[in-house]
This record gives sequence, C-alpha cells and structure tokens, in this order.
Amino acid sequence: MAGLLYALLSLGAFALLAGIILAIAQKVFHVEGDPMAEKIDALLPQTQCGQCGYPGCKPYAAAVAGHEADVNHCVPGGERTMLAIADLMGVEPKAVEQEAAAPMVAFIREDECIGCTLCIKACPVDAIVGAPKQYHAIIADHCTGCELCVEPCPVDCIDMLVKPELIEHWAWPLPETRRSRIGHERREQHAGHA
Amino acid sequence: MPAMLRNLAQRLGMMAHSFVGGIHPPQHKLSAGLKSELCPLAPLHIMPMKQHIGVACSPLVAVGDRVLRGQKIAKSEGYVSVPVHAPTSGRVVRIGDHAIPHPSGMGIPSIFIETDGDDAVDESLAPLADWRSMEPALLRERVRMCGLAGLGGAVFPTFIKLVQDARFPIETVILNGIECEPWLTSDHCLMLEYADEILAGLAIIMHMVKTDAAIIAIEDNKADAAAVLQQALEARDDLADVRVVVLPTRYPQGGEKQLIYTLTGREVPAGKLPMHIGVLCQNVGTTRALYQAVMQGRPLTERMVTVSGDAMPRPGNLLVRIGTPMRHVFAQRGLDVFEQVRLLHGGPMMGELLRHPDLPVVKSTNGMLAMREPTFMAAHQPEQPCIRCGHCSEACPAGLVPNLLADQCRSDQFERAESYNLFDCIECGACSYVCPSHIPLVHYFRYGKGQIAQQRREKHFAEESRGRSEAREMRIEQEKQARAARRSSVRAAHVGQSDDGSADAAGEEKKD
Amino acid sequence: MTEIVLIMLSAVLVNNFVLTKFLGICPFLGTSGKVETAIGMSFAVMFVMTLASAASWLIQEFVLVPLGLEYLQTIFFILIIAALVQFIEMMIHKTSPVLYQALGIFLPLITTNCAVLGVALLNVQQEQTFVTSALYGFGAAVGFALVLVLFSGLRERIEISPVPSLFKGSPLTLITAGMMSLAFMGFSGLVKI
Repeated sequence: MAGLLYALLSLGAFALLAGIILAIAQKVFHVEGDPMAEKIDALLPQTQCGQCGYPGCKPYAAAVAGHEADVNHCVPGGERTMLAIADLMGVEPKAVEQEAAAPMVAFIREDECIGCTLCIKACPVDAIVGAPKQYHAIIADHCTGCELCVEPCPVDCIDMLVKPELIEHWAWPLPETRRSRIGHERREQHAGHA
Repeated sequence: MPAMLRNLAQRLGMMAHSFVGGIHPPQHKLSAGLKSELCPLAPLHIMPMKQHIGVACSPLVAVGDRVLRGQKIAKSEGYVSVPVHAPTSGRVVRIGDHAIPHPSGMGIPSIFIETDGDDAVDESLAPLADWRSMEPALLRERVRMCGLAGLGGAVFPTFIKLVQDARFPIETVILNGIECEPWLTSDHCLMLEYADEILAGLAIIMHMVKTDAAIIAIEDNKADAAAVLQQALEARDDLADVRVVVLPTRYPQGGEKQLIYTLTGREVPAGKLPMHIGVLCQNVGTTRALYQAVMQGRPLTERMVTVSGDAMPRPGNLLVRIGTPMRHVFAQRGLDVFEQVRLLHGGPMMGELLRHPDLPVVKSTNGMLAMREPTFMAAHQPEQPCIRCGHCSEACPAGLVPNLLADQCRSDQFERAESYNLFDCIECGACSYVCPSHIPLVHYFRYGKGQIAQQRREKHFAEESRGRSEAREMRIEQEKQARAARRSSVRAAHVGQSDDGSADAAGEEKKD
Repeated sequence: MTEIVLIMLSAVLVNNFVLTKFLGICPFLGTSGKVETAIGMSFAVMFVMTLASAASWLIQEFVLVPLGLEYLQTIFFILIIAALVQFIEMMIHKTSPVLYQALGIFLPLITTNCAVLGVALLNVQQEQTFVTSALYGFGAAVGFALVLVLFSGLRERIEISPVPSLFKGSPLTLITAGMMSLAFMGFSGLVKI
C-alpha cells in the first residue's frame, strides 16, 4: 500500500513541479502577434491586387501564417514567391494556380477620360494623379499592374499594357545546354509534384 | 606551387606579389607591331545614347540639324553619365532605336548622322595648355564634358574616378597597359605610337589627384612598348617617380583588382573601389583620350580598335570614329561575307558574341574579332558533367569556387551563391576556359547575377509599393476620422436646435 | 581527466548515437534539409539531452531508488524530457519564429526521440556517476549535432547536383546516411587502452 502511495505522490509532485515551471516559462516566452506574417508579407510583391482572394498583401500574409490559406495564391508573385513562402513556412511547395503574366502597367487614354476620379479612389498605391473633371494620368513607375482601376472606369478608357523591357533590366538567360536543363527541371518538378 | 604556399611566401616577402589563379591562353596577337591606320569615314554614323556604364543620355539635336565633329549631341541625364559627341560633320537624319553591341541584341535610342565628308571640327573647347596651374575640379569637368569613359572595355565614366576624396587620398596611379586578352593589340599599338601623349595624359592625371608616384604596367609580350615608354619617360623631367614595370604574361593580369594586387600587394576589398586603398587605375587608351581632351580640346570621337580573328583577311589596328558601322570597319580589312563567321565584340575571353555586323562601334569597342565557325565551335563544345577536377578554382583570379557557384546558380539558389561571393566574380572567363567538361561557368554566373539584380529590383519596388499602400490606408483612416469628428460636431449643434436631429444623424452614419 | 576525454570521444565519435547506435534517426533525416535548420535542431537536442540525462540521474538516485520505484523509470524520464522539450519549444517560438516553423513537428518529437530517452536509460544501466552521466548526455548530443550538421551540408550539396532521377530525394538521402555510417565505423578501435 505504501508503495502505491509513494508512486502516486512522487509522480504527482513531480508533474506539479514541471507544470509550475512551464506555466512560468509560458509567461516569460509569450509571443505577441504572429511574427511569421510580417516575414511572409516581406516576400509578397505588394501589388495589393487582391487576386489571392484577400483584400491585400498583408491580410494574405496573415492568412498564410495562420495556416488558413495555401502558399500558392499569389498570382503576380508566381512560382518564385510561392517557393520562397513554402521554404519559409517549411511546407511542401504547391503548383501555382495561374501563370504569372508579363508585368503590366495601366494606361489611361486621356482623350476619353471624363475626370470622374473613380480610378484614383480604386488605386491601392496612389499611382493615378488627377482632379475632378481633369484628365487623369498614371505614374507608370508607381503602377503595380493590379488592374483594380480598370473595373471602376465608367467609360472603359484604361488599358493594361505590357511593361516595356529596358536594356538595363535585361538579364542573361540560363545557358541553353542539356545539363543546365537537367539541373533546372528538378526545381520545377519539386514545385509541381504536390 | 599550391596557392596557399604561394600566398604565404608573398606575405613573408619571399616572393613578389602576384594575383592568384590565372591562365595562359594562346596569344594570337596577329596585329601586334602593325602600324595603326585611319579607318575612312563611313557614310552614316550611328550614335547610341548610352555607351558608358550609368544613366543614358538624351539627344540635344533634332532631325535635319547640321553637326560638327566633336559637337555635343546628347547630354547626360544623371551623375554617372557622360555626354555623346558627333564623330564627324554631317546632318542628323534620324533619331530612333538601333541595336548596339550588347548580349541582349536589343536596341536603344540613337542619333543617325549622315556624313558630309568635310569632317569640319567644332572648335568651341579651347585647349588647356596651362593645366598645371588649374584646379583639378576644372580639369575634371573638362574630362566629363569630353565624354571620357574607361576605354579598356568597362566604360565607367572617367571623371568619377578622378573625384578627390579627402578621406581616401590617391597615393599611386597605375597606368594599365597590360592588354591581357588574346588577339587584342589596340593598347599595344597606342603605346608604340603615342607614348608621348600617354605620358602627357598621365602627368595631367597625377596633377589632378595630387600624387607623384605612378606605375606603368606592361606584360612581357609587349617588351617593345615597354622600351618605347621607358625612353619617352627618360626624355621627360617631370615624371621622376614613375616606373615602367614589366610583368610576366598571364590572363587576367589586366583586371583592375588583379593588377593592383600584383603591383602593390594590396587587395581591393569586396564591394570597394581602388580609391579606398589609395590607388587609381587608368587604361592607356583613356589616358591618351584625356590628353586630347585637355591639351587639344578634343572630345572622345575616335578610338583604337583591333580588327582581327582567324577569319579576318588582313588583321590590323584601326583608328575608328565612334559610331562607325562595324560592317564598314570589317570591309576595310577585306571581310564582307559573314557566312561561317562568328563575330566577337571585344576579346575572346570577355567579349560578347554579335548576331550581325550591323552595329556601331562604341566607346567600349577595343576589338572586333571575326572567328571561323569551326574555331568558335571548338571553344564552345557541349556541356558535360562536372568531374570535380578543381581546375576552375585554381584558375579563378578572385579566389572563388566556380563549380559550386555554377551549381548554385543553375538551381536558383541565389542567396547561397551570394554568400559564396558571386559578386566578386569579374567574369574573366578563366574558369570556363580551363573547364575540361566545357561547362559555360561564366554564363551561369551572369545568369545568377542577373536574377539577383532582378529580385533586388522587384523587392525594392515591392517595398515602395507597400509604403504607398500604407500611406494611402493611413490617409483614408484619417479622412474617415475627420469626417466622423465633423459629423459629430454637426450633430451636437443639431441636437441643440431640435430633438429629432439624432435620428437623422444615425441614418446618415448607416449610409456610410 | 582521461575518463572524461574517453567518455566524450566515445559518445561523439566511436559510439555515435545516430550512425553506430541507430538512435535518433527521425530528426537526423527529417531536419537535415538545410544547414541552418540542422544547427537549430542540434542546439535544441543538446539542451534537452544534457539536462535530461543530468535530471534523470538525480531522480533515479534520490527518488526512485530510495522509494523502490524503479519500475516508474520510463514514465519519470519521459516526464522530464517532455517538460524540457515543452520549455525549449516555447523558447524557440519566442526567439526564432523561422526556426520554429522550419523544425515544425520535429521539435515536439524530441520528446519521443529515442536518442534522448536512450541516453537516460543507458546512464542508469551503466551505473554512471552524476558528472559522467551529464557528460555522456552532452557528448551524445554533440555527436548527434556533428553528424546532423555534416549530413545537412552533404544534402545541400546533393540538392544542387544533377543526380539520376531514380535516386532523387529519399533514396539518395538514405544512401548518403549509409555512407556516413560506413565512415563513422572507421572510428571503432580509435582508442586503444
């Protein structure tokens, strides 16, 4: 009988001690907010386009960090962003649903613009300038190509144009050799197999 | 000798310094010792708006304008930029895109000048004969105005190198007459024929950076040039502290960082400039152009170009006006059929392959090579698996591990490649040259560097967009609060007047 | 002094827990994808293993043996290890969220890491003293860390090499582990007494 008592008491006491220590540790190491969301947000292209189904890049980052959203919903970011997020989160990469299109910029056909300011209100990065009843213009260097201004325009005078390629931004392609492709396809398979 | 032992011996002073790695490719300097010739004027000159590293220029002339040789036709639009000058007199016939010697094959805005044959010179810049009494800043402005950029091939604006920084006084000027690329002999030719002008240019540079010490570095395959320069040096009494140093031929001796280490035993730290260790390095061609800019008031409109290659009927060194179509230059030396011929801009190690000869000679054109197809293909065989022989690491003058870097670049592990100092690679091509598996290592590095640059650009843009988006949200929030505050003050006033006002205000709020 | 050196040498190299005793294989394979992760895991395991072997010796000596409760050994030891793991999990979550993400499920799995419980039980079996058992725990953890970091370095290199598709992924990982084990077998007979 005494043996049973000792066993129960010692185990109980020890468990209690461990519980107390852990409770204190929880107070000391309490984590405020979700630091992962910020790190994911830093990887996103910040177009604020909402194509992921969330109202902007930050909400999507928070959703991914909270395991509510998959890593593959950022359309403008494409495969590279998906891989970076998957790498950070330590989860299996998933195939991106939609190929990232070539970078676009919005362009307003000025003679058709009626100066309604609706696009100005829609632009998430303040890249459209203009005043009521005046022509609006897009600051091409600030435009993220999110297309959010196209829908509100009542006269359909906004075109999405492919961003012109600059010689300064030209980058060497991967060498066209058999071996370079072998090495490279590994990553693509890696991205596609999930 | 193993690199480590050699390094130790150098540090202990038992051995002269010399950069690590390097290779000894066949020289093929067919045009060495040949007298330079003037390339006849072409009927049309094409002047690209960007021939230097930095910001592109914008045209100052309009279609139909008459221009004179040396007239400024495009002004620089930023600090790291130099203007462009008309190469000869004529009429502007078009301003529009034209392909330039660039691996992308893309075009940039260019000014097309139809030659009138007079070759009338714009005399607006006066020679500065009394440069010795002039402020370096004034001379520097002259160098900038004359459009000087490093003629060794890197075309970095020369005036920026001459900026004096009190924190980093220049102790030694190095005159780079190495010309380590095979085939090329343009600097060699300049040194043989214009030794006096080069030394005069050197004297001006030394005056501008306020130093007395200079080293003229020449490889031992150009002993005649070294002798000529030595002789010219002895004839001058103002360059007492200038030495001519003859170095054993090894590629890439002419790389700025490699040459500085060999001559001074000091390494330029990663991401720093020679200025930071008190050294200024100038190419002999640039130095001569500087002499012309200061002493003759002549902007950069002409440069020495080696026209060579095993498919070239008559190799030679030509003084070519910048903007001359390459087809015209090749034709001067008997090459006008380009079938089974590969054209290179620059040397075989660092130059780029040209898709066609309809490109203008630019400020960076130190050589134009025409290679027979079989010769070219022999040097560009299909890539084989890496056998880890380590020859590339031994050849690398920057002390990198090329095979590992190439693997990292190939599999898009750019962060890791950067941590293995990808950006210290000078793209000299020594690793690709020695690779028994014909792996185009440098190509992989260029790919990696390009991708990293693109990622940085995207990241920067994303940061800016985030800032703009956050600023907008903050503004909307503030406006909302301001509206609410205004409304509540209106409501307070309203409530004071009548009792049913609160219901109205509530309805208004709901609408919002 | 000789004893201390011998214990360390034995635990780290000759009787390496992972490669010669086959203990702690799951984090060895699971967290060796990246060197950074492997280093993080190594420190976590070092912390848990050293403290667990010291604490379990104390419990064994001053609680279990005097009260005749040796039959409760396993649950007591697991309790100690679980508490320690919980503690380090909180600590890593606070200090390095990225490492926390990267380690994922392998972090709480240290609890049932056979290497950790193994070192505690081996200490009891071999009737070590307090100092030697703590040292043995630390040495075993260093051995684990050594092979984990080496292995992750190898895996990183393999990942960027073009390998036959037949071997891609787990097969080559296991083959590499086998080769490393082969190499570590070379340490047997390192010390002659």
